[in-house]
Formats: sequence, structure tokens, C-alpha cells
Amino acid sequence: MARPADLELASVTKSYGGTIAVDAINLKIKAGTYCCLLGPSGCGKSSTLRMIAGHEAVSDGDIALGNEIVNKLPPAKRGTAMMFQSYALFPHLSVRDNVAFSLKMKGVGKVDRSIKATEALKLVDMERYAERLPAQLSGGQQQRVALARALVTDPQILLLDEPLSALDPFLKIRVRAELKRFQRELGISFIHVTHSQEEAMALADLIVIMNNGKIEQAGTPREIFNAPASEFVARFIGGHNVLPVDGRTVSVRADRLSVSPGGGEGVAAAVRDVEYQGTAVYLSLATDAGIEMTAIVPERAFYQQPFETGDTVTVQWDPNDVHELSASA
Amino acid sequence: MLEMKSRWAPYWQAAPLAIVFLIFFVLPLLVTLAVSFWTYTGYSIEPAFVGDNYATAFDKCLASLPDLCTTFRTYLSTLKFCLMVWLITLVLGFTIAYFLVFEIKSNNMRLILALVTTIPFWTSNVIRMISWIPLLGRNGVVNQWLMGVGLTSEPLDWLLYSNFSVVLALVHLNTVFMIVPILNSMSRIDKSLVEAAYDTGASGWQTLWNVIIPLSKTGIAIGSIFVITVVMGDFISIGLMGGQQIASAGKVIESQINALQFPIAAANAVVLLAIVLMIIWTLLRFVDIRKEL
Repeated sequence: MARPADLELASVTKSYGGTIAVDAINLKIKAGTYCCLLGPSGCGKSSTLRMIAGHEAVSDGDIALGNEIVNKLPPAKRGTAMMFQSYALFPHLSVRDNVAFSLKMKGVGKVDRSIKATEALKLVDMERYAERLPAQLSGGQQQRVALARALVTDPQILLLDEPLSALDPFLKIRVRAELKRFQRELGISFIHVTHSQEEAMALADLIVIMNNGKIEQAGTPREIFNAPASEFVARFIGGHNVLPVDGRTVSVRADRLSVSPGGGEGVAAAVRDVEYQGTAVYLSLATDAGIEMTAIVPERAFYQQPFETGDTVTVQWDPNDVHELSASA
Repeated sequence: MLEMKSRWAPYWQAAPLAIVFLIFFVLPLLVTLAVSFWTYTGYSIEPAFVGDNYATAFDKCLASLPDLCTTFRTYLSTLKFCLMVWLITLVLGFTIAYFLVFEIKSNNMRLILALVTTIPFWTSNVIRMISWIPLLGRNGVVNQWLMGVGLTSEPLDWLLYSNFSVVLALVHLNTVFMIVPILNSMSRIDKSLVEAAYDTGASGWQTLWNVIIPLSKTGIAIGSIFVITVVMGDFISIGLMGGQQIASAGKVIESQINALQFPIAAANAVVLLAIVLMIIWTLLRFVDIRKEL
């Protein structure tokens, strides 16, 4: 296995004939990090990944892997490997030949190729399917083969382009755990592009939230959830109420609001909707001024004092739970 | 009632095409096969069941080996044209399809250019060939230009009524039959496969050889069948562009029909059919054509 290396992006920019997709971003990813690039579609996360992979040229700035600037190197020379969104397995080749493809291109002999491919398939527990064609495998199995194909080149960094988007919800959660386990066992960095904040929260050591080609915030999931840097981040990761207070914008976590029957001290609001979610109940609230809020109330607490749509309630929160937001982009 | 209907419905739906095939394809073929065993004289044709026509078609061919008899020479020449035209149309068709699929980024442009390749089909086959004559003839445009520029001092004779002009015309007529099926299978190749090949370190040629050609195989096979069957049976192009001096299997059959010697013409047609079927059978052993359907 190759030695894990740090990745650094220095004011990396991508423009497509005038339109700027990635705007001078700086980012350091330490070796052995599970990093998720998170953002809405069109935010530049995929372009960033493809520049790291070497499938898009960098318009400006530098990408360094370890001590080497890799801007001009082709993908296979960078020490990165990419797992494509639709897996991009070669439909005419068996699972074994798919995994051995890069070795064949390098001119590795047939026997060595087969041994290394089998090893990689064992790693993802797919050696039993070596003779099958990709079309004869399920989505989850195809994904493991794609993973084996990427890992057979001993990459320092594995790049994953929305790897879970083609799977059904149950499989998604299982495969997610597998990805995390592979990353831990291999000790290399994974850079994973996703638009699902839930996926990013569950997987990442480092979440990088992007919007309009810029990085809004980079940090651990806990940092980001407890201290969103901007209004965009607070809204995008969810679970937050963005409120105007004295001309400033602040955020308060939805589960930190306490809701009591009308009349007490606090903000008066009307219950717009009550959503039962099992462990908790989600209340949609609106103040007289038209500010919308969501309160997450634990199930037991809610049913000790239930509300219905149309009730008038009082909303309170601890001043310690108020988080200041910087002016958002 | 419903069950009855759904059980027979597919047959009714398939019936019109099946009947057309039966009347216009299977029946004439059977008649040809039957007639090939009849006997004929200078003025009559008699129903019979004799192998004389096949014997005549290959008259003294085995006895005179290793020298080739006329029939063998004719078939050899036809096969030679077929091979040359097949190779040239394959290279041209593959390259053009590749250009359209992988180099042209805009879908509209690709559609327009694909339609442009069909322009030769806007006029009839015969007109397309005749229009080569003023271009390639002794006093044609090409010769006058060559002499005008000073590349040659006298007109080149081999431009027209030669093997060259026959191959040129056949390539011109048939390249589009190669382009369309290859274009069809190539455009189904997921572009991310090309990227994945690049990601795993494959060079352009390696990607072509290991990914694009294998995935275009069915298109190549279908195009090859079109070209080979057309060229093997051709007599108009070879006659017109060869100045009626070049023999071909199709031309032999045509002249026998003109002489009203139907039984021997039928025998030759059956032999030609058998040869073409053998070529196609060989091709299909390499390719699973059902993938394309």
C-alpha cells in the first residue's frame, strides 16, 4: 500500500469560459481523513473532485499531494483513484478483468494481474463473483467491484463521486458503514462528494460545505452543527432556526427550543403543523411577525402536553443556545 | 374471451410482416432453389431434378486445379473487391462514427453531421455512379486538373473503368451502411467508461482497443453484414465503373438471366447465397448480435 499523503488545495479555481465554477478555494486534508464535500447541486463540489482526480484541468491555483504539485499529471500518475457515480464498470469484462484493468494497462503479466485482482476482490468480499459480468451483480455488489478496481492501484486518496446515490435507502445505510470501515482499515484519505447532509454527518471526519464555488465552512460534523458559520450553512445542514434578533441574524438549534402553552414569557407563535417522527415530534411554528421556526420536542415531553395545529404557544430558548451567524454570502 | 385474445394477439400483430416476408422473400428463394435443378436447352426450360446446372457452373474447375477456372477466378475477384471495400468502409465508418460520438460535443451538431453522411442517398444509385464519369474520365475534371498543375503529362487511364474506380464507387455507396450501425452501438457507450479507463492509466489507443472497439463490436458486425452482402451480389457498380470488363459473381448471374438461361442463373445464385451465408455465419460467431436488439 502506498504511504498516505496530505492533500492541499491552494486558491484552486475552475472557470468554464467566463463562468466560475470553483472560486479560489483553499483546503487542507490530512492523510487518513474521511472528507465529505457537501453542497447543493452546482456548488462546485464535483468540479473540485474532478480537478483533484485530474479529469478537469485547474484554471488557476495548485493542487499538492504530499510534497508534489500534481496539477499537470494525468489521473493514474497522481496517486488518486476515482470511483464514479454510476460505477463505470466495463460491461464487456468480467469482475476480475475489471479490477485487473489498470494492471493490464501498465503491462503487468497475466498471472500477477490475476493474483492482485483476487486480493483486491477479497478485500471487498467479492472474490466469489470474479467470473461474473457487471450486469449480473446487484447495485451494492457493483459498487464493491468499483471500489476494488479503484483500490487495486494502491491510491493515496480515493475519490468518490456521489457513491451512494444509486442505492436504495436501506442499502445506502449499510454501504455507508462499509465505506467508513474500508477507510479506517486502509488508512488512506477518502474524499466523498455528496449533497446529503445526513450522509456527510455520518461519515466524515471533515465536512467541507460549498456554495457558489466557495467553501462556506470546513470542520468536523460537530463543529459545523453546533457552530454554523453562515446562514447558508445553518439552513443547509438543517435542524436550525435562523432568526433575526435586533438586526442581527442568529441561529438556534431546533431541539433547543422549548414550547409551552400561550401566555408566558417568550415569543408568541402559532402551531402550523405537527409532524410525528417517532423519537420526536416536529412542530412548525410561525410568529405574528411571520418568522417561521421548527421545534423538535422529544416524544414523551410532547405527549405530556400535546399541541394541535392552530394552538397559540410560547417559544423560549436559553441565551447560551443562541449562535451568532456572520453575514452570509 | 380475454385470454383467447391475448393469446393470439402477438401472432396477429406479427402476421403482416411475416406474410410479406413469406411472399416476397421465402417463396422466391424456394422457387430459385427449385429452378436451379431444372434443365434447359437453347429454347426451352424443363422442370426436373438434376445437378447439371451446378456441374456446369463449376465446369472442369476441380480437374484443372491448381489452375483456376473462370468461375473460381470470378468468385476470387468478387471476394477481393468485397474484402477491400469491407476494410476501407470499416476504417472510414469506424473513424467517422468515433468522430461523431466522441469528438462532437453538441447533440444538434452530431445530428446534423450524421444526416450529412446520408446525403449520397438523396439521389439514385445509378446517378451517383454516372456522375463519377465526368470526374474520372480521360478528359474528366481530375485528369485535366492533374495535367494543368503539371503532375502528369497525359491523362491517367486507371482512374475510370478500372479496379480503382470500382472500389471507389463501392466505398462511396456503402460507407454509410457501416457508419450507422457503428454510430448506434458507439453512442450507447457510457462516456464515464472512457473516463474510468483514463483514470486507471489507459492511453488513448489502449482505451480504443480495450473499451471502445469491444463495445462497438455488434455495430461493426451489422455494418459488415450490410456491406458484404451488397458487394458480393453487386453487378451494376462493377459493370458500370469497370467498363463492363470486370467479372463478378453478380454479373455472371445477370448475363445468364439476360440470355434467359434461368436454371443456370438460379444455380449460381444459390452458390452465391451459400457463400454469403457462410461469411455471415463466421462473423456472427465472433459477435452476439442480440445485444443490439
